[in-house]
Amino acid sequence: MDNKSRIKIYEVDTEVISNNYINNDYKHLILRAPSRALDIVPGQFFHLQCPTFEGSISFLRRPMSVYQFSKKEKQIEFLYKLHGKGTRAISNLKKNNIFNIVGPLGKGFLLEENYKNIVLIARGVGLATLAPLGNLAFEKGINLTVICSARSKEHLMSIDLFNSLSNKVITVTDNDGSSSMVNLELLINNLMLSQSVDAFFTCGSNRILKLLKKLCGLNNIPGQIALEQQMACGIGMCFCCVRPFEIGNKIIQKRVCNEGPVFRISEALPW
Amino acid sequence: MVDLRINIGDIILKNPIMPASGTFSEDLASVFDIDLLGAHVAKTITTEIRSGNATPRVSESGYNMLNSIGIPSKGIEDFKKNILPIYKEYNTPFIASVSAPSADGFAYICDKISVPGVDAIEINISCPNIEDDGKAFAMRPNSTFKVIEKVRSITNIPIWAKLTPNTGEIMEVAKAAQDAGANALVVANTILAMQIDIKTYKPSLGNIMGGLSGPGLKPIVLRMVYQCSKVVDIPIIGCGGISNFEDVIEFILAGSSAVQVGTATFINPCVMLSILSGIKGYCEENKVSKISDLIGLVDDKNTPDTFALMEIDI
Repeated sequence: MDNKSRIKIYEVDTEVISNNYINNDYKHLILRAPSRALDIVPGQFFHLQCPTFEGSISFLRRPMSVYQFSKKEKQIEFLYKLHGKGTRAISNLKKNNIFNIVGPLGKGFLLEENYKNIVLIARGVGLATLAPLGNLAFEKGINLTVICSARSKEHLMSIDLFNSLSNKVITVTDNDGSSSMVNLELLINNLMLSQSVDAFFTCGSNRILKLLKKLCGLNNIPGQIALEQQMACGIGMCFCCVRPFEIGNKIIQKRVCNEGPVFRISEALPW
Repeated sequence: MVDLRINIGDIILKNPIMPASGTFSEDLASVFDIDLLGAHVAKTITTEIRSGNATPRVSESGYNMLNSIGIPSKGIEDFKKNILPIYKEYNTPFIASVSAPSADGFAYICDKISVPGVDAIEINISCPNIEDDGKAFAMRPNSTFKVIEKVRSITNIPIWAKLTPNTGEIMEVAKAAQDAGANALVVANTILAMQIDIKTYKPSLGNIMGGLSGPGLKPIVLRMVYQCSKVVDIPIIGCGGISNFEDVIEFILAGSSAVQVGTATFINPCVMLSILSGIKGYCEENKVSKISDLIGLVDDKNTPDTFALMEIDI
């Protein structure tokens, strides 16, 4: 293979278009990016170089999954929760700031040709990772069911986006008890009685992973999960971001950045 | 036109920039044409299959990084079958890197990988010597000599001894490696370090301690390169915190023939390319026609003979 044609990861400077709060904990970052970096498969992530903020240094880049992107508009969006030094530094980015990102990275979700009905189920910011998959499924005319779980109604995000892609968006919350695993299991079982399900897709919750491992196993339905792990290089060189997976009867360490971040639910292990 | 070629023994590098072991793999070819590099240095392999250390395997401290990856290795056959063929496609010298718990173990693995396609073997002697007191081979001249001598007796492929900065005897260790038959020195590896989270009271790494790398390491390793260059004649490859072309020029002036870049690639995956164009620009601007002319040119003439190599009495 020609050496140039191997290149598919780009380190690029982007320009901040906006970086606004969508509720108390989450922000939405929109960037203008060169289109060469925007051949993105849903589920892939970028490695973000956090600015130095009030003397606080985030030396390593921070991995973040893509929320939305448009090659035509030269735009890429991230939805993130403020929970550490890195995301706090990112939250300080202002319109017109230059922000360096590396990507797209990792292996994204795979929509098999024969999928006609898929279910996306996620909790909290996990929904951000599934959002571009929702767009792709919509474009492909795949029938989409979306189950969004959150602490409260106020913490439910991207509901408008998912409503524009699917007429079956179900919301469950801790506040009214509807997000309990017992209720979710009932809900999914009823769904499988009323329609066929070709695959499940999830991100962001250990309890949902456990539930889906059980339901996928019982009903012989494949599933995919996007996982997280702390990273250094983000492209497969350092072996920092490994997690254990069960393959056959063996526990195998795989790199989340390179073999993932999307894995089969049957191989993923609860944490 | 600047001549960036460097000789490491009989190996001619097209330029002095190569990745540090453990911070490079064929995955970097997705970012830029890795045939532009002076050499390719593989991750360290061991004879036994190893899964590596517990996570977290990395943490950050200021502009530096701590890691305890634990040398995950799929063994010798996997290396020959799956790694080596990838690099045969490139016109760049390929350097294997090996580790073992004993001198015999080093000799065994070096014998097994002395095959076409391996242009040199980096001997990672920063790992514990389990037949002695568990201290890294490269912490002391005796254990360094034993490993390099044993490996030398079993292979004709050039061997590069990778030294550790976790020693008070860097010059003695460097000399021992040369005397035992090493063709080059790689100076150095990471510095043993740790970090504690003051909220959870937990060490930042699953392995408690790990190796510090990044810009903070640079002046320490630069000093070691300078010291080693005073006592050995074999080429030195500097490795420690190098992040830009200025760092490279400094290392060359201190006595390095070439350099390895590691942690900086994690922050900026294209950094080795920017460094390459940086050193070209520096040479043009300063009328240096051959970069090898700069090796060891540090101006230390007006200093007393005794001062520099003393490690106390600063």
